[in-house]
Amino acid sequence: MGYSSCLRAALTGAAMTVAALALPAFTLPAPAAEPIRIGELNSYKAQPAFLDPYRKGMQLAVKEINDAGGVDGRPLELISRDDGGNPGDAIRVAEDLVTREKVDLLAGTFLSHIGLAVSGFAGKRKVFFLAAEPLTDKLTWSDGNRYTFRLRPSTYMQVAMLLPAAKAAQRKRWAIVYPNYEYGQSAAATFKKLLKDAQPDVEFVEEQATPLGKIDAGPVAQAIADAKPDAVFNVLFGPDLAKFVREADTRGALEGTYVVSLLSGEPEYLDPLKDEAPAGWVVTGYPWYAITTPEHMAFLSAYQKAYGDYPRLGSVVGYTTIKSIAAGLKKAGGTDTEKLVDAFRGLEVVGPFGPFSYRASDHQATMGAYVGILALKDGQGIMVQPSYVDGASVLPSDAEVKALRPAAD
Amino acid sequence: MSLDALLFQAVNGLASASGLFLVAAGLSIIFGVTRIVNMAHGSFYMLGLYLAVTLAPKIGTWIGGPFGFWAGILAAALVVAALGALIEMTLLRRLYGAPELYQLLATFALLLVINDAALFLWGPEDILGPRAPGLSGSVMLLGRRLPEYDIFLALIGPAVLIGLHLLLARTRFGRLIRAATQDREMVAALGINEALLFTMVFALGAGIAGLGGALQMAREPASLTLDLSVLGDAFVVVVVGGMGSIRGAYLAAVLVAEAKALCTALGVVDIFGFTFNMSRLTLVAEFLVMALVLIVRPHGLFGRPQPPAARGGPAEPPLRPFSAPARLLALAAVALFAAMPLIGTLVSYAPVLALDMLVAALFAASLHFIMGPGGMASFGHAAYFGLGAYGTAYAVTALSLPTPLAFATGIGVAAFGAVLFGWFCVRLEGVYFAMLTLAFAQIVWSVAFQWEEVTGGSNGLFDVWPEWPFDSRTGLYLAAFVVTLAGLLLLRRLVFAPFGMALRAARDSRLRAEASGIPVARVRWLAFALAGAVCGAAGGLFAFAKGSISPEAISVGRSIDGLVMVLIGGVQSLIGPVVGAGAFTLLQDSVMRETDYWRALLGLIILAVVLLFPFGIAGGLSRGLRRPGGAR
Repeated sequence: MGYSSCLRAALTGAAMTVAALALPAFTLPAPAAEPIRIGELNSYKAQPAFLDPYRKGMQLAVKEINDAGGVDGRPLELISRDDGGNPGDAIRVAEDLVTREKVDLLAGTFLSHIGLAVSGFAGKRKVFFLAAEPLTDKLTWSDGNRYTFRLRPSTYMQVAMLLPAAKAAQRKRWAIVYPNYEYGQSAAATFKKLLKDAQPDVEFVEEQATPLGKIDAGPVAQAIADAKPDAVFNVLFGPDLAKFVREADTRGALEGTYVVSLLSGEPEYLDPLKDEAPAGWVVTGYPWYAITTPEHMAFLSAYQKAYGDYPRLGSVVGYTTIKSIAAGLKKAGGTDTEKLVDAFRGLEVVGPFGPFSYRASDHQATMGAYVGILALKDGQGIMVQPSYVDGASVLPSDAEVKALRPAAD
Repeated sequence: MSLDALLFQAVNGLASASGLFLVAAGLSIIFGVTRIVNMAHGSFYMLGLYLAVTLAPKIGTWIGGPFGFWAGILAAALVVAALGALIEMTLLRRLYGAPELYQLLATFALLLVINDAALFLWGPEDILGPRAPGLSGSVMLLGRRLPEYDIFLALIGPAVLIGLHLLLARTRFGRLIRAATQDREMVAALGINEALLFTMVFALGAGIAGLGGALQMAREPASLTLDLSVLGDAFVVVVVGGMGSIRGAYLAAVLVAEAKALCTALGVVDIFGFTFNMSRLTLVAEFLVMALVLIVRPHGLFGRPQPPAARGGPAEPPLRPFSAPARLLALAAVALFAAMPLIGTLVSYAPVLALDMLVAALFAASLHFIMGPGGMASFGHAAYFGLGAYGTAYAVTALSLPTPLAFATGIGVAAFGAVLFGWFCVRLEGVYFAMLTLAFAQIVWSVAFQWEEVTGGSNGLFDVWPEWPFDSRTGLYLAAFVVTLAGLLLLRRLVFAPFGMALRAARDSRLRAEASGIPVARVRWLAFALAGAVCGAAGGLFAFAKGSISPEAISVGRSIDGLVMVLIGGVQSLIGPVVGAGAFTLLQDSVMRETDYWRALLGLIILAVVLLFPFGIAGGLSRGLRRPGGAR
């Protein structure tokens, strides 16, 4: 009896294995040489708020490009996958895209550690990879490689964009609150370093590192208030931010305090705050309602026509990712990986935020972001006096970058 | 840091403690009576919050905003209670006969389904509820402003505690609950409608969790990540307090909340010349508290040794070696996997997936070794996977060791961890053992998460690629195949060796085993260490296969995956975990590809497996064969 169980179980196992391995053979698409296949992977399940608009932006761009005849006559085909929200699954999905789906290049990822893992995979297997969203500086600097490029402004760039405002405020006592993982840690470290260089007499009186998604907002707000800072640098986002803002408001913890805050002006994070959006904070973000450049107006009306909703920052990132890839493919004259890498070095692209380029030195796009001040209008937080900060203006020079990027090329 | 500030933070902690207590109380009551470790309990909390932010404005339009807020909270709690009753009647009731761990698996599947249902109903964006009408201001205390709502919350915890105490001590329903907690067979024999009692208890527990969630409306937005994060905290509180003890749960909630508040209040401190940011400890404060409490008091603060669970099914049949035909089939499976690189020339994705299956099989088999023959269900097996993976990755990246040596380093690190933690763990039983392993796993995770210089922090370590001849897909695959096969054979050999028999004897009857001269603690400790070492090998393979390792790969999720694999396959069969690992990996891979709602689909499939094969795939098939009638 015991052995029959083993026997049956082994049989089942073998049958399942055979079925699973044989299945793909039947589902392999017919070899049509025409479309250019873009393999895209992202944490759609883990980060739906950010990535739903992102996917819509990508699909809009693909449709626009294909309606206009594709790239050199070949249409783009987008093969989008969930990366499971962790690097282990992400690598398997990347392998799947490359080996089974035979994609010509990879794009996507949101979380930094997944971006880094896929970047390592791209370097190892010599596949082109355009990291769309991850912010970590390591992706283009300390762990950069030949096959990886990044679109969104990095943590360093976002912090540097806020620095002029922080400096101009001339406050002495700063407190910092950040989510306790690499993004928060490196944002805090960069901010401290840059501000100290710019304003040597600055003092950092309190640092709160809170578990991501699990902030104990009351005690944190209180601890900051107890340190009596005259300015605060905030890196919290998402539900943590909402909790912190409400507690700080009820306790008057930030009264008379000058606050600069990363990403808080992005609709993804600002809109859930509704009428509690903290007026007066200086933030980076995306004021879609206030950008009147022709490139953005065209994007805005196309997006609203297609989805009946306003774009989030994710929409811009998704849209620009595809536009960048199309531009790169066109310049490279095909899908050859090495040629594509060479084409992306110094590639000029026009996106909803206007023209930008991919730097040859560190593979970072110079697409910028908007800096503005939060205010309330009709029960909703908005950014006022937004100004566009070009990514190129906050990046270190090519020579400095060379030292930061030891592993690459 | 002034005394006033510390005192004030302690008051803050009380408000947080009430929230924790409400979730934990429900979990504790449900466990006490039904013996179900309810993994979906955090989901009830989450649903309570979502329902409250939805219902409060709706009700507010009928009876006025201020009343709407409070009515919304009550309505949310009632709806969640009703949902709990429905779940108990339609699903859990069918599972009381199955081994306890399968009930856990079913509720885990529920967690997955409820999360996707919430995504479907409410969308991905966080929803921030209104402030509490009448309590939105603050009062002055110690020169600081304390939100009125925090005072209200701080009071509601003790209020519910007293209410529950009265319910349990003074009512017939409470007496029945206590009686069922002591001996549910006896209660049934005395003519009490057991089914109704269980349904009511489950509804009560779910309702309290829903109330806890709904009350957070004024403090935090409803978000889809709440279920898991709250679940972890609730488990900690219940175990620290002692399973089934309501006042213990309250005390534990206060302890955990105060520990966190203290870490936050201290902020950056200088210890012996080192600057350390205490607020970083909030990441694991609750698990540190739990580990300390369990080491000192193995049954929690107010816990008593559990009454021995009346075993539902017949005793486990002894394990038998392979018969000749089964051996032939096993050989065929081995040959199939050995030939995978060849198959790969036809179906290029096959070896990629097969490699993941190998790693999963080794991981699951090592967990099964202590869970099945050892009878110790570990909730923290990911720790040894992680130690193996990080040990290997660190040896490759920082020490530049050659691939085989790096791999051996990983196994060594994992074995060391298992020896160390195992010494504390094996002295505990059942749920307390599971929770202490979980606590250690969380501590390992948080160290990996925060020790930037060695582990790469939250990003982890990358560029962990093996050297020649393992750097090609085929080379690595074959190496992994050999390692996995060796690991599986080793574990199999051990189970049938005298050591394995001693281990099984210790599981079946600790007393008799000790009486016949088996040093039970030492046998279990050694088994734990061996399982850890083999698991470390799986972790090392994983690091090489993915070229990277990050804290996420060693989080609670991986421990749960391991449990799911073993349980799907069947605990009572040696081949079970291997089949389960293969099935799980395939499922996850194909389900993830097919649908956006893959978690729900995975949950439904797990539910189907649990309902159809309450003893796992391997166990179910053999039982079906044995008794052609089909009934288990």
